[in-house]
Amino acid sequence: MDIKIQHLTKRYGSTRAVDNISFEVHTGEIVGFLGPNGAGKTTTMKMITNYLLPDEGEILIDGKSMAEHADELKRHIGYLPENNPLYTDMPVIDYLDYCARLQGIKTEEIPGRIREMVVICGLNSEKHKKIGELSKGYRQRVGLAQAMIHNPSILILDEPTSGLDPNQIIEIRKLIRELGKEKTVILSTHILPEVEATCDRILIISNGKLVADGTSESLRKQAQGQEVYTVRIEDGDANEIFRALQNLPTVGLVDFADRSMNKFEIQSRPGVSSRREVFNLCVSRRWVITEMIPVEKKLEEIFRTLTVN
Amino acid sequence: MKIIWIIARKELQSFFDSLIAYIILVLFLGFSGFFTWLYVSDIFLIKQATLRGFFNISYWTLFFFIPALTMRMIAEEKKTGTIELLLTKPITDRQLVLGKFLAAMILIVISLACTFPYVLTVSKLGNLDNGGTICGYLGLLLMSASYISLGLYASSLTGNQIIAFLITLFSGLFLHLLFDVFSQGLSGFLAEMFSYLSLQNHFESISRGVIDTKDLVYFGSLIFLGLFLTEISLSKRKTAG
Repeated sequence: MDIKIQHLTKRYGSTRAVDNISFEVHTGEIVGFLGPNGAGKTTTMKMITNYLLPDEGEILIDGKSMAEHADELKRHIGYLPENNPLYTDMPVIDYLDYCARLQGIKTEEIPGRIREMVVICGLNSEKHKKIGELSKGYRQRVGLAQAMIHNPSILILDEPTSGLDPNQIIEIRKLIRELGKEKTVILSTHILPEVEATCDRILIISNGKLVADGTSESLRKQAQGQEVYTVRIEDGDANEIFRALQNLPTVGLVDFADRSMNKFEIQSRPGVSSRREVFNLCVSRRWVITEMIPVEKKLEEIFRTLTVN
Repeated sequence: MKIIWIIARKELQSFFDSLIAYIILVLFLGFSGFFTWLYVSDIFLIKQATLRGFFNISYWTLFFFIPALTMRMIAEEKKTGTIELLLTKPITDRQLVLGKFLAAMILIVISLACTFPYVLTVSKLGNLDNGGTICGYLGLLLMSASYISLGLYASSLTGNQIIAFLITLFSGLFLHLLFDVFSQGLSGFLAEMFSYLSLQNHFESISRGVIDTKDLVYFGSLIFLGLFLTEISLSKRKTAG
């Protein structure tokens, strides 16, 4: 199911927790909400799940307004809230049974669904324990199982991997990727490698505003500006090469990356690429290029430039 | 309706799992039994086959137990965040409130049903007024329902159970005792108003064996008001800013 968010605004007192956010998510897409703490990720998710009502704007799921068809639309949403609240005094199976019943699953289908969730989320060894006795990783799995028990077409996951160890994180990411093929998934996180690893698209939110929307590559390109790369040119005098590079019309800045190794960092002029000219220069002077490595801006830097200020 | 029952069943289960149910049952039966059969104006002393003593004791024991029962029902969910889990499922705020109300009500019915041997015993001892007994139980049920809905409202106001307990107890005290005291100290319209507001008067009138529409309307509106306010207070989260 497609989610369409239009001009969503939510105020807490005088501060705008969410400020005029619009975006769309389609079936089979995994979208990652990225932002510093308190940026408005959770508030947006709470509005999509109808726990909070927006002050302005609209949430459309398959063209139907959440405000008007909440009872019907909520059926299609699986939600893992922030901090994963659970009834700690309930055994895992009883809890999943309760959630399944609340979701209106037919009684005869419930045991099958629970079995499936136990397998998918790897809860088999812990299924008879009380939730309070489980480690944080297993609790998180129970939270995921609860969100998916009714096979929803939309999954909203607020920090799904928080508190998990690296192995579990990889498993959960794999699970989300798997699910994302046929479902609409929105997940929030402030762990950058996580979005790169799991999401098709990234939305960066800062101070309640949507500051970036795109794939990790397109965001990189956007933030990159000028082309930057390092080259290693052999069979020539370092200073001579340096001067020759400097004189190329498309080259903006040249710097020694490693003088003894004849490595240079080149920044092209805005909007043009100097890589071909560098190659041609080397060919005409009979120098040999042994390395040419583009310097990519890390997502961390993009994130910082977009959210700090 | 089905959703309400699912919620009520889970709540009842957690009453029994957490021992709250047993504690309430034992204390309720202990107190009411002690004062009905053994102490001060017990049945053997007044030498009448009546359960009036039991109803008067229960009137007070339930008054204290119900806030203890209802205080955690919503406050805890708010505190742990599970309320968010519940209300993002396809259930309405109203279904949640009614489910919780039903669960507490069933527990009270179970406690009262456990006192049924008293009725049997007393009716063996003498000529028990059946109508009066039924009305006495009805009065207790209506009173319990009123305090449960009040307790749920208090519980929905805060994430702190102790505060919920105290709010219920203090506001209940007005209905239970103080309005009657006011009405006796005043005269004219105010006296009449407080006398109508006093839950005690209505309870006594019903447990005396007279079912008056006036009393039913009183209890009905009290229950409705409590539940209605609880629902409002729950849905306030949506727009709170």
